[in-house]
Amino acid sequence: MKNLKSKTTGILRQKFTLALICILLSGHVFSQDDLMDLLNKSNVDDGRKDYVSATFKSTRIINGQSVETPSGGVLLFLISHRFGPVNGGAYEFFGLDQATIRLGLEYGITDRIAIGVGRSSMDKTFDGFGKYKLLKQAKKGKPVSIDLFSSIALNSLRFANPDRENFFSSRLAFTNQILIARKFNDSFSFQLTPTLVHINLVPDSTFKNDVIAIGAGMRHKLTKRISINAEYFYVLPDQQPKDYSYNSASLGFDIETGGHVFQLHFTNSKGMIERFFIPETKERWSKGGIHFGFNISRVFTLDRKK
Amino acid sequence: MKSISILLLLIGLSFITEAQNRYFTRTGYIKFFSTSAVENIEAHNRQVTSFLDIKTGEMVFAVLMKSFEFEKALMQEHFNENYVESDKFPKSTFKGNITNLAEINFAKDGNYEAIVSGDLTIHGVTKPIKSKGTITVKAGNIIAKTVFPVTVADHDIKIPSLVRDNIAKVVEVSVDMTYEKFEK
Repeated sequence: MKNLKSKTTGILRQKFTLALICILLSGHVFSQDDLMDLLNKSNVDDGRKDYVSATFKSTRIINGQSVETPSGGVLLFLISHRFGPVNGGAYEFFGLDQATIRLGLEYGITDRIAIGVGRSSMDKTFDGFGKYKLLKQAKKGKPVSIDLFSSIALNSLRFANPDRENFFSSRLAFTNQILIARKFNDSFSFQLTPTLVHINLVPDSTFKNDVIAIGAGMRHKLTKRISINAEYFYVLPDQQPKDYSYNSASLGFDIETGGHVFQLHFTNSKGMIERFFIPETKERWSKGGIHFGFNISRVFTLDRKK
Repeated sequence: MKSISILLLLIGLSFITEAQNRYFTRTGYIKFFSTSAVENIEAHNRQVTSFLDIKTGEMVFAVLMKSFEFEKALMQEHFNENYVESDKFPKSTFKGNITNLAEINFAKDGNYEAIVSGDLTIHGVTKPIKSKGTITVKAGNIIAKTVFPVTVADHDIKIPSLVRDNIAKVVEVSVDMTYEKFEK
């Protein structure tokens, strides 16, 4: 009996030792992979905002502003060009005989604040704007990026009636926009743009000084460096005389090559600033009132990060 | 019963010593440098996490690609968007071993030559690498430095013909880590 007992305790002890060895071994095996586990657990990206970059390739989707701004210390030179409407036919060489141009400079004061100036050949118009990145979309943060945009446009044409009393303020128009954009994935981004355009001097009382519109724009990447873009501005009804202006619709491609972005597009708008293409798009796609155009942007890094 | 106690003690000891073997940093520094006839490009990352086990010689690194800072913002955007695709491959990692561990005395201050070999994963592509570096033991800290080349094409990073002259085919990667003792 005693013998049996010691035998069982002996077996038990053996089993126990075996179990311990197993634990020990498993602990040892575990500790071998542990370093990688430790690394993964140490949350390399914790506490860092993973901001989404390049929602759009350029500061314009096509005609309208995108949520992008030049980074702090970066100067962007933007040449925008629209030919005449293709329905001018062979006589006008399908619009290529005519050209409307805007030259612009934009500068990022910080990564969030940008200012810009431009000169459009249309109505000899100067424009200046400020853009502020209010929210930045982040992976584990805000779902959208929001920019505030405000611009002023100055028509510098000689007054049509120099004999009457003309006011400087009659030359001015203002645009305010909220740009709300989301980069849904690597290739698809979408933007909504509620807009208020205020024109100080309108032709007559059938016009309103304030025009409210909602813009929508998107881009879809076809390759890493080429995307297809579309943009539409819907002007809310009953703000302008019938058939005075149509909604601006545009379709184009962005082609990125190092420091340049080329944007080639078709649009029914001739003007390249909000004050023109939102309340004064005079042509229609359905009537062949389509302008071929392009924007070329080039960046210059003035203030290099150390 | 005695042997069990000894075993238990051993287990306990083994865990303790393991913890003591480990060194880590979250502020390691990695630089890469590309030189070409057109321009030099360099980027700095001061937020590299790494662990080092001085008993086994094992080393692991994790590098958040978005933490590389370039002098031009557009370069940084292109790096993340077009080349390393940081959204798809947010981290680069290295897992390897010091192969000449016997020649390094971590208990004594001094400079030691170290040879490290292991697997480097960038842009989702893993390649074996081997590099010679130095390990400096100083006042309880371990400083590890090395420079090694990385061939861009090896990691399936495509450079379009248009900027082929601006970017080197082989970039130089410099590593500078100051490890502290790891305590949980």
